[in-house]
Amino acid sequence: MVHWAQRTVRTLRRNGRDGVAPSPRRDHRSRRARLENRVAYIFLAPWLIGMVVFAIGPMLISLYLSFTRYDLFTEPVWTGLDNYTRMFFRDTRWRTSLEVTSAFVFWTVPLRLVFALGVAMVLNRALRGVSLYRAIYYLPSLLGGSVAIAILWRQVFGSQGLLNQVLAPLGLPTTSWIANPDTALSTLIILGVWQFGSPMIIFLAGLKQIPKELYEAANIDGASKLAMFFRITVPLLTPIIFFNLIMQMISSFQSFTPAFIISGGSGGPANSTLFYTLYLYQQAFSSFRMGYASALAWTLVLIIALFTVVNFVASRYWVFYQDEGKK
Amino acid sequence: MKRAPRTTWLIHLGLAAGAILMLYPLLWMISSSFKPPSLIFRDLGLWPSATTLDNYRYGWTALNIPFSRFFLNSFLISSLSVIGTVISASFTAYAFARLEFRFKRPLFALMLMTLMLPGHVTLIPQYVLFLRLDWINTFYPLWVPSFFGGGAFFIFLNVQFIRSIPRELDEVAEVDGANHFQVYWRIIFPLSLPALITTAVFAFLWSWDDFFSQLLYISDIRLHTVPLALRAFLDSSGESSFGPLFAMSTLSLIPVFVLFVLAQRFLVQGIATSGVKG
Repeated sequence: MVHWAQRTVRTLRRNGRDGVAPSPRRDHRSRRARLENRVAYIFLAPWLIGMVVFAIGPMLISLYLSFTRYDLFTEPVWTGLDNYTRMFFRDTRWRTSLEVTSAFVFWTVPLRLVFALGVAMVLNRALRGVSLYRAIYYLPSLLGGSVAIAILWRQVFGSQGLLNQVLAPLGLPTTSWIANPDTALSTLIILGVWQFGSPMIIFLAGLKQIPKELYEAANIDGASKLAMFFRITVPLLTPIIFFNLIMQMISSFQSFTPAFIISGGSGGPANSTLFYTLYLYQQAFSSFRMGYASALAWTLVLIIALFTVVNFVASRYWVFYQDEGKK
Repeated sequence: MKRAPRTTWLIHLGLAAGAILMLYPLLWMISSSFKPPSLIFRDLGLWPSATTLDNYRYGWTALNIPFSRFFLNSFLISSLSVIGTVISASFTAYAFARLEFRFKRPLFALMLMTLMLPGHVTLIPQYVLFLRLDWINTFYPLWVPSFFGGGAFFIFLNVQFIRSIPRELDEVAEVDGANHFQVYWRIIFPLSLPALITTAVFAFLWSWDDFFSQLLYISDIRLHTVPLALRAFLDSSGESSFGPLFAMSTLSLIPVFVLFVLAQRFLVQGIATSGVKG
């Protein structure tokens, strides 16, 4: 089941060259083939229109807007690279938002993957009630992005919240975790890590695909559990680890709702939860700097693309594809 | 391999402890929503020593307009999104999975690329578009786009699924004189039902929780969705009324719980086959 993940990753590596199996009928375009072509475009029409109207068109327009000053109500004014030079050299809040977001991604993604893999390993065995455990561990990732959970988090980590009620009787230090600039981001990281369920499910599907014979053979050779984990499980799982890493990174960079609700839209205290997307939202919809916000958006895309490309390049050295050896 | 019963027992203990830790905040919120306000900040336990429905009564009407209105708004938007996503993702997926057409490979690659594209880069022009259409403070921006492809995740999920349906079925129907539309409608659509259910459930949940778009396009209180209403309630009451806030938050999660329980199998399969985020 998960094997498509490996295929997708490879497909993207090859710039989409092999996304679709080559068509045997491609060269002689009979009447039938022409008809099929027409029918296909009828089926594709809604998506194609959507691509142009809601994706490609807006992308190009926002690229243009990123070189302008635009307040939504008067015509955009071309300002060349002003938005970008301002962002890179003069905007300290932008730099802060980048640091906050990077710190969030840097902690959340690896921790989430470690928990996801760890729990998946434990759940990947014949155990009674395994589907119940799986459901329970998965549930937070379905709820975690909601406003309701953000409200809950605000209470749990507030000055009179659940956490302090646990800590105080134990004589441990208490603080208002969300109002303290040193700890506010940590509460969001905990919320992020709490949602390790969906990569866990993907890991579980991947673990099921590892042939049992490998472990049996290793067992006969007297390999320890630890050796089996590092020599069999991890190498065979690297494509899935890689896939999860990329997808989790992309989505973590775009996290918005928890920071917005927990900080009341400000990114506070002291900008400590000023996520990139939150800053972008403020610039666009509080200050109506649409041109500048477009530049922020494009920079975010480039940052994510850069991280993704670096990961793809690095993946050549650590991701192992089973069928590569056979070629 | 046979394991010692002791080890199995320890694993169960660890898993159960972890599960309780994972669910504790959630269960505590539900339990607190039934506690009198004075207890919320004192009672750590899950079983309230005194229960009341006051939080629900107060919370339901705390915003002048009862929460029933917000639930209706949310249900309306989510339902329309589900319809749009299921129909258009299935259409698109059928073409990619079964038909031959020009530019198939570049278009498929393009679709896969939008899978990774951050939405923020299209945000502002889309906002301008909806502003020009006079769609601000209407539900249109929240569901109309779902009728135009429904998102790359869902297209991809359905492509993968349709590819697994034996082609012989199409061919038999074609021999019987069925055209592509009939093949789609009589064979592909009914047989891809599991993938369509997965699509519908995720589309509903994402639309239900899509706070960001709702925040952008809706400001009129009568058009508020449940997440927007929760946020408005939080802003107006602050830290003082966590009881009613918890009560309404709990209610807002009920549709998610229900779908989770009813469609867990489809959710798990959907994630495992397409890697969609949860």
